[in-house]
This record gives sequence, C-alpha cells and structure tokens, in this order.
Amino acid sequence: MCVVCGCSGAATADSPKDLLVDARTGDLHFGAGAARVSVPGMSPARAIQLEADVLGANNRIAAANRAHFQAHGVRAYNLVSSPGSGKTTLLCATIEALRRRAPGLPLAVIEGDQQTSHDADRIRATGAPAIQVNTGKGCHLDAPMVAEAFARLPIHGHAHGHLHGHPHDHDHDQGHAHDPGALLFIENVGNLVCPAMWDLGEAAKVAILSVTEGEDKPLKYPDLFAAARLMVIHKTDLLPHVDFDVARCIAYAQRVNPGVEVLLVSSRSGVGMDAWLDWLLQPAA
Amino acid sequence: MHEMSLAGGILKLVDDAAARDPFARVQRLHLQAGALAGVEVRALRFALEAMAPGTRLEGAEIVIDEPPGQAWCLRCGQTVAIASRTDDCPRCGSHQLQPTGGTELKVVDLMVTD
Repeated sequence: MCVVCGCSGAATADSPKDLLVDARTGDLHFGAGAARVSVPGMSPARAIQLEADVLGANNRIAAANRAHFQAHGVRAYNLVSSPGSGKTTLLCATIEALRRRAPGLPLAVIEGDQQTSHDADRIRATGAPAIQVNTGKGCHLDAPMVAEAFARLPIHGHAHGHLHGHPHDHDHDQGHAHDPGALLFIENVGNLVCPAMWDLGEAAKVAILSVTEGEDKPLKYPDLFAAARLMVIHKTDLLPHVDFDVARCIAYAQRVNPGVEVLLVSSRSGVGMDAWLDWLLQPAA
Repeated sequence: MHEMSLAGGILKLVDDAAARDPFARVQRLHLQAGALAGVEVRALRFALEAMAPGTRLEGAEIVIDEPPGQAWCLRCGQTVAIASRTDDCPRCGSHQLQPTGGTELKVVDLMVTD
C-alpha cells in the first residue's frame, strides 16, 4: 500500500461523483455534476469569519500530490501554453529521445483537454502510458484531477511494487539520491490564463511558446510566465520564416519573471533537445 | 474563464462553513481579490451571480475588496506599489521585482441568516 495516500488499487477510494471513467482506456471525464441545493430560511443575521483562501482546497490536494510523487520517486512537470504551441509534438519527441538517453526510466503522461482523446492517443502511439483527462467545460487541470489520473498510471503501481518488496529502499534512491526515478509530464489544457493559478503538485511549470506566436506573449499573459520556472521557445526550425525576435521574447519573459530559465528547442530538427533533456533530468536542488 | 471554477470554490467554502456552523442563507459575501491575484473581478462577480440560484448564496450581496499590488524592489531595497506584474519599479525603473502584496484571493467573512 502507498505510504502517502494509503491506496492499494488502481483508483483513489473517494472519486468525485461527477467523474465518468472510460473502462477501456482509463480516460477521465469531469463536469457531469448536479448543482447543490439548499433550503432558504429567515432569521437575524450573524457574521462568520472565514479568512479562507479560495484555492486552499486545491492547494491542499496539490501538496498531497507533491508528497505522493516524491514517495514514488516521480518528478512531475506541468506543461502550460496556448493551443498549438506544439506541446504534444514536443512530448512525443521527448519520449523518443529519453528512451535513447535513459532507457530504463519510467515515463507517463497526463493529457488535459476539454474534449477528445486525440492527444493521449498520440502519446500512447509512442508506447508511453497516458491518461486523457477531459475537463468538460473546464479551462484548466486542477489538483484533484491529477490525483485521480496519477492513481491510474503504471508509474504509480510500479512504485507500489517497490514499496511492497523494499519498504525502506527504492531502487531509484540508490546511488543517485536526487535524480528522478520516473518522469510524469502533465500537459495542461491549452490556455495561457487559467492554468497559472492551479498548483497540481508539480516540481515545476514549463511554459512553451512557439515562434509562430507573438514574442510579446510573456507581457500579454504575465501570470502564466511569472509562474513558470522554464520557458521553452519551440519550433525554432521555423525561425528563418517568421519575424519572431528571440532576444526580445526572452527580455519580456525576464521582465515578468526575473529568474526564468530559457531553452530553444525544435522537436522537428532535434536542435536543443539535448539541453531540454538535461534540464528535465537535472538533479534536484 | 477560470472565475467559474473559483466561484465553485467559494460556494464550497460557504457550504463547508455551513456544515460546521449551520445556516440557511448568506446575506453578504465579503471577498478579497488582489490586483495581482490573476482574477477578473467582474467575471468573478458574474460567475457567482450565475451560480447562486438554488444555493445558500442566492440573493446575497457580494462585496469584493481589491487590495493594490505591492512588490519588493531588489535594487531599491524597499516595498513599492505596482498595478500589474508587467510594471517596472516606479522609483528606479528596474524589473527585479518580487510581488509581496495583492496576490491574495480569499473569503474574508460571511453575514448569514438561519
């Protein structure tokens, strides 16, 4: 049994009631819930002090996800961008490249979209396990969705096996104490606004911006670029054909996030892929 | 439109409060949404009003304070006022700013009736 969540099966015990699960693929469909109803009444008014963070419930589950990932040796990255930046293409190329660089490293992907399992199907075609999370009307993934999806992924069950056999000694903890034992990529819903606010329990948010977009997006959507540890400038093979000013883009990103790291990557040509893998696999600080 | 999710979170906080200390209706909902919290106050108000019918928030007055943005300027070594994350330091023009205030999004208190 998992020491963090206490789970022993494929899913968490208390799945939300508005969740539909695809029996074949394990894909998750949120947003089928009924409105809560209460009975009105009449009486003198009184005050209740709350001082409660609106995102507190999400943040508590995100903290539990973070502890859960850590207990399984899983490092999670939350990939955020607008639709069409090439997140799924980058992920497919990354999975192929990681197979060559780190053949034994377990990988998994959680794919967030409003509808369809097209992206999870693309990931599964590479051989890597993926769970599609369809948010329904939602514009972002939240921590409970990621908790549900992670519980259904083999990197979760795999590490459970280790815990059963060697309760105090994960294989991946030997020798390289701070290297990731597995990588989980969470591809958020394509949206440069909402995903900035929701902590999923990730080690870092990675903002992806393709050179076919405007280089001023870090200024237009500052919350998201302020929340990212890394900005990947993607589709750099197209730079000769577009007016994208790389230096200006980096300056804009640093204006909203002075500490942001930047990488230039082309999934198509492979240029920059080694540095991207180095970043993903870097020992934890 | 993440304000709809946030409105759902606020309704959940209200329901949780009612589970601890039962009440039927909220007469006034008092929120704080800082200038740097990433929330569009008009959209949040719209979402709350859209969601309220049939819940404890039906007919509630919604009061939303908007605390101004504040940041620590590394170069000046002091707190300065900013309106958005893209602002430079109003004193020295540097963008080495760390937001320190106006990032909160919370339910402050409720006025309720049984």
